[in-house]
Amino acid sequence: MPLRNDFDQLVDVKGGFISREIFVDADIYRQELDKVFTRAWLLVGHESLVPNPGDFYTSRMGEESVILCRDKKGEIHVFLNSCRHRGMKVCRYEQGNTSLFTCPYHSWTYTTDGKLQGVPLHRTLYDGVLDREANSLVSVAKLCNYKGSIWATWDKDAPDFITYLGDARIHLDQALDCRDGREGGSEVIGVHKWVFPANWKFAAENFLGDTYHNPSHRSVDLIGIGPSAAAGKKGRRDDELEKAQHVWISFPEGHGVHSAIQPEANDYIESFLDNPILEKYFRHCFEERKRRLGEQARLLPFVGTIFPNTSYHGRQPRGLCAWHPHSPTSTEGWRFFLVDKDAPKEAKEYLRRYYMRYSGPAGMTEQDDMENWLYATAASTGTIARRYPFNYQQSMGAYVTDHPLGGEVSTQITEQIARGFYRRWTSYMQGGDWHELLGAPAGNRQAAE
Amino acid sequence: MTTTIQDQDSKAPAADAAIERSAAYYRLKADVEDFYYHEADLLDDRRFRDWLDLLTEDISYFMPIRRNVKFGQQAARENTKRGEGISWFDEDKWTLTKRVEQILTGVHYAEEPLSRITHMVSNVQIKGARPEVGAARELDATSRFLVYQNRVEYETYIFVGRRNDTLRLTDTGWKIARREILLEQNILLAKNLTTFF
Ligand code: FES
Ligand SMILES: [Fe+2]
Repeated sequence: MPLRNDFDQLVDVKGGFISREIFVDADIYRQELDKVFTRAWLLVGHESLVPNPGDFYTSRMGEESVILCRDKKGEIHVFLNSCRHRGMKVCRYEQGNTSLFTCPYHSWTYTTDGKLQGVPLHRTLYDGVLDREANSLVSVAKLCNYKGSIWATWDKDAPDFITYLGDARIHLDQALDCRDGREGGSEVIGVHKWVFPANWKFAAENFLGDTYHNPSHRSVDLIGIGPSAAAGKKGRRDDELEKAQHVWISFPEGHGVHSAIQPEANDYIESFLDNPILEKYFRHCFEERKRRLGEQARLLPFVGTIFPNTSYHGRQPRGLCAWHPHSPTSTEGWRFFLVDKDAPKEAKEYLRRYYMRYSGPAGMTEQDDMENWLYATAASTGTIARRYPFNYQQSMGAYVTDHPLGGEVSTQITEQIARGFYRRWTSYMQGGDWHELLGAPAGNRQAAE
Repeated sequence: MTTTIQDQDSKAPAADAAIERSAAYYRLKADVEDFYYHEADLLDDRRFRDWLDLLTEDISYFMPIRRNVKFGQQAARENTKRGEGISWFDEDKWTLTKRVEQILTGVHYAEEPLSRITHMVSNVQIKGARPEVGAARELDATSRFLVYQNRVEYETYIFVGRRNDTLRLTDTGWKIARREILLEQNILLAKNLTTFF
């Protein structure tokens, strides 16, 4: 089993080399589950999946099934989906409404706030022994409803979610806020779930801001599938950022984003040309957002990953992904597709169709991503292959640390974000304390407080 | 919401309304089977543009996501719905044409090199014919499919499920006007859906 200093050798951020072992090795994978996925904040779902008291939605954290549930009083909980008696999966439905979770095995029942309620033959078999309170469903240590998205961690010592997000927050906001600049207001219109044979970090890293992999999407760019494709535009989305300054940012917590800053004038770039109603609507949203946010409106999102395994697409298309680890070489992808809850019907109708043709295993863009992740994983498992680390030397040193957006900001395509991600991954694998996990350099713990 | 035992998207009538098994029925069924075998040949021979010609201009091609729901809620909630939310496919001819064009670029890496695929079609039944079985211009047919995909070297997927189709007779023969594909999986156990069903 790799030791603390082994990880420094596996992840050589300074030299720009990262061992293939961390993408294929079973021991390292087991340790990730233990050291990363039990501590970091993970995306569980969205409040729109459980709008009413008694609503539940089964989700995952790491390899394990959890129940996202709104109790009778309207409060949201996340529980491990496993009975305290013999571990039976308490809920095998994906979504629904209930007043009790009844375990199929011996019929213990749990209320929607996780409390053990019914125990068959309790008086005869357990009287005076079984402490119901102590046998509630296992709850996460902390939970956060951030603008409708639900996050949780198993670590009671974890910082609150806002602290955990750090300066990546305003970038994630762009995916969660309304198109016209109002805060929050999104809803999930559907969820993709699929399994692909690749290490989960390939997906996480891809969304950190690996803009360099654009050539693998050549086919879809050649034919054009964007919101102006029927009007004759090529590419897979409208180029809303054609005049913007792109920025690639690595944050000390391990998050990474690719966003863009519009020029001062921040003029509307024509988009959604397929349909005049949509064109008008999105132009209106753009102008409203500009009016509401002023200078702030110049920041537009592209993609990002919140450490370790939550990614977002900020605009075209728009959604949140969780890359759930399954094994060293297999991952279960979940994508929650987002729209503004109060968007007009035509807009929702157009967007859902665009999302489907773009995203996931049936999406013309992302099919090619999956092909890359699979064969990169498969070709890295060999004895010889493992001796040769991956090269992460792109744009070494090409970033500034005094940018108002915080973090390490690059204005060219860079692997600095990936280097930052694995630097933080190493801290988790070495069992670092939360000061270190938030990126405070050793000996300078003040900075994290 | 009103719900019935039949899937809302399936136009197949209940079993008790089955069409009488006349000679005309069997002739029509044979025609439809023949059509499906031809369709499978076009797909498996990678004649994708010719396959597009088998679709009407107003085709609705739909593959829902199947969900695990409580007994009694299957009709209302098991399948995502055509025309709302997110499914695996809910598309028109424009999008299907784009998918074909993408494969034909030669750089759609998820299908380059091309997968080896075989479509098997069985259990064909005619569930409705208009104006009548003996002179059908439009019909509803149900069938089962088994699609085998082998990709590059070791990648293999088996997709099994049902299809509920509406076919329409045109000057150039039968065409698919509406297709619902029920894949018997919840979480998709494949990295991609690059094939047509
Ligand atoms: S395992 Fe749940 S009641 Fe026994
Ligand atoms: Fe990609």
